[in-house]
Amino acid sequence: MSRTGARSSARDLERYAGLFAERTRVMTSSAMRDLMAITERPEVISLAGGLPDTSTFPPELFAKVTAQMAAKVTAKALQYAPTEGMAATKDVIAEVMAAEGTDGIDPDDVLVTTGGQQVIDLVCKTLVDPGDIVIAEAPTYPGAVPSFSAYQADVVQIDMDEDGMKIDLLEETLDRLEAEGRRPKFIYTIPNFHNPGGVTMSLPRRRRLVSIARERELLILEDNPYGLLRYEGEALPTLRSLDGGDFVIYLGTFSKILAPGLRIGWAVAPRPVLQKMNVGKQGADLNSSSMTQLFAAEYFSIPGQWRAYLDSLCELYRGRRDVMLEALAEHFPPEATWSTPHGGLFLWVTLPDYIDTTDLLARALQENVAFVPGRAAYLDGRGGSSMRLNFSMVGDADIREGVRRIGEVIREQVDFYGTLTGSHRAVAPQAEPAPAEVDPDLADVLHLPRREHDRDTGSGSA
Amino acid sequence: MTRVAVLQGGRSLERQVSLRSGARVTDALENLGHDVLPIDVGPDLVDRLRDMRPDVAFIALHGRDGEDGTVQELLELVGVPYTGSGISACIRSFDKVLAKHAFRDAGIPTPDFFAFTETAFKALGAANALPEIEERLDFPIVVKPAGQGSALGIKFADNAGTVPAALLAAFSYDDKVLLERFVHGPDLAISVLDGEALPIVEAVPVGERYDFEARYTVGQTEFVCPAELPDGVTEAAQELAVRVWDVLGMRGMARVDVMLSEETGELYVLEANAIPGLTDISLLPQAAEAAGISYDGLIQRLLDLAL
Repeated sequence: MSRTGARSSARDLERYAGLFAERTRVMTSSAMRDLMAITERPEVISLAGGLPDTSTFPPELFAKVTAQMAAKVTAKALQYAPTEGMAATKDVIAEVMAAEGTDGIDPDDVLVTTGGQQVIDLVCKTLVDPGDIVIAEAPTYPGAVPSFSAYQADVVQIDMDEDGMKIDLLEETLDRLEAEGRRPKFIYTIPNFHNPGGVTMSLPRRRRLVSIARERELLILEDNPYGLLRYEGEALPTLRSLDGGDFVIYLGTFSKILAPGLRIGWAVAPRPVLQKMNVGKQGADLNSSSMTQLFAAEYFSIPGQWRAYLDSLCELYRGRRDVMLEALAEHFPPEATWSTPHGGLFLWVTLPDYIDTTDLLARALQENVAFVPGRAAYLDGRGGSSMRLNFSMVGDADIREGVRRIGEVIREQVDFYGTLTGSHRAVAPQAEPAPAEVDPDLADVLHLPRREHDRDTGSGSA
Repeated sequence: MTRVAVLQGGRSLERQVSLRSGARVTDALENLGHDVLPIDVGPDLVDRLRDMRPDVAFIALHGRDGEDGTVQELLELVGVPYTGSGISACIRSFDKVLAKHAFRDAGIPTPDFFAFTETAFKALGAANALPEIEERLDFPIVVKPAGQGSALGIKFADNAGTVPAALLAAFSYDDKVLLERFVHGPDLAISVLDGEALPIVEAVPVGERYDFEARYTVGQTEFVCPAELPDGVTEAAQELAVRVWDVLGMRGMARVDVMLSEETGELYVLEANAIPGLTDISLLPQAAEAAGISYDGLIQRLLDLAL
């Protein structure tokens, strides 16, 4: 065989690879990405999505809003807009933020962005040099991972429990990093109805987090896309309202309360940070769509409308969440645990650690059902035994059937593992609540090292 | 000008790679001036083939259905010639257990292994044989589904405690799995075109060690072609690949994966792929380029061999 070819490597053959910036070398398993693409087959019941159900938006209303826009602001809607956003839109944002629990926002402190996603990108662009530390929750929003990776952040993930990020663990981590001479640039958190964790940060932890940020002069990026999608319980104050705005960058969006197709989100940040983000945005896209900014402004100007639509969404999603929780209780084996979200779009299921949910997805796809394997929400290879389930985009019957199918596959795996280990019984998952029959003294001993259990006993600030 | 149906996509877990291979093959066939009919294979495959009456089918499918002889059987039935191996070679190469038995019978070195079906564990108590298997193979042990083309489901067990979970993962992809001795050392891909071995592509880990994680993680492995190997190893590996080709009865193209043991310097054949990846960065096109065969030239050659 001819050997005339010069020595070459994949890099030469991948013709453009030599031109790629270092930050594009994101290491993810392509096998997993390929697997996720299959979940889009029409016959698959996908609990893997993350979408709000836009089919609920009345077409007449859409026509009405666009007609009003056409009558009043056609030229403006077709024109460039200021980078920071249009005045009418920023007024609406102040109104929505008040509803979300942050009163008295000065529209001058708002930067309108192209979806909430752009806020994450601009914050990284503004704050992160390669190798800088960003703190995030474990698990974290999978969509933030490409932004963190693109700016070559070194992401440190802090475990959560049912009350959100474990603040004791955060403090320990910050101390450790300080001892190593490293200071994180910001702490990324989704306090309400976490994606994918499904949990909500408790009020005492919110207070502690804000005071830690203040003491250590760290910024918090508070990502609050789902705050208004609350299905039970009282709303908790935002980190922004607790802090007053010195150390919190707030991320809001119309995607979940109106429509993601608008691609309108916003940031509220300390002025110097906001100015840098504004410059970053000029470079990225000059301004977010004038047309959709005006659509939002027009829509919110209809008296009572946005609240009514939001209420209808909450009612719909609350029902779907309840269906999913019921189906989980009925079909998932006792070895599985899951979060009970009080709002939002997702819940998080954890299986025994011998089950790898990426492989489980391959098995589930044979039964035409899909979910997001937990590994997508971690940057450190953890999460292999967890999965994210979405309940907003799927009808009740499909939720029941989808959960039933996944439950069957899990049961099969649990049984088979018993056979493989010769024990015929599954290994219990790490006990979360101590079993009832445990001797109370022993239970105390078990809890001793878990300082977290003294959490939130009312003291408020740390 | 030839009417070529490019079969791609399908329901396999490797659908996405197949779509990339298919798109690249379609480009090449168009460059070559052929009349190209891309088909995302589905329930209407037979009807579409009958309607279109292509002169030849270019199979750019990977994984189940495309690589295991199923589509080949249908094409034989409909009477459309196709690229690559025939039914029996597809069946034998896709099933890693069948292939390894064929290697063993022919005296071709392959890492020691044991293979079991789900039934062996569920009904025949195979779990009780695990300690003996572990003793015979030594840790680390590689656990793989018998019939999965990509890295999906391949696990690495470095102690007895992790074997059951590795088996569980592998059984998610197939009802037959194999436990195989892990060979430390360079990972060589030898592409074979019409019975002749092409220059070898070596997977070189970016880090220090040849470990399992690196082999299956994007960005942790770089591919070097032709591989720089000790004297005589290149020839020996190429000869081995051609023997594999003959033993399995392959046709058109193949890629044979071989390990060079760091400890013994011996070569071991892991498996043979009847339809290797055909994207720009896939190993067969790289090897062909190193042999002075352009991508388009490779595709035309495969077409000629089918007709």
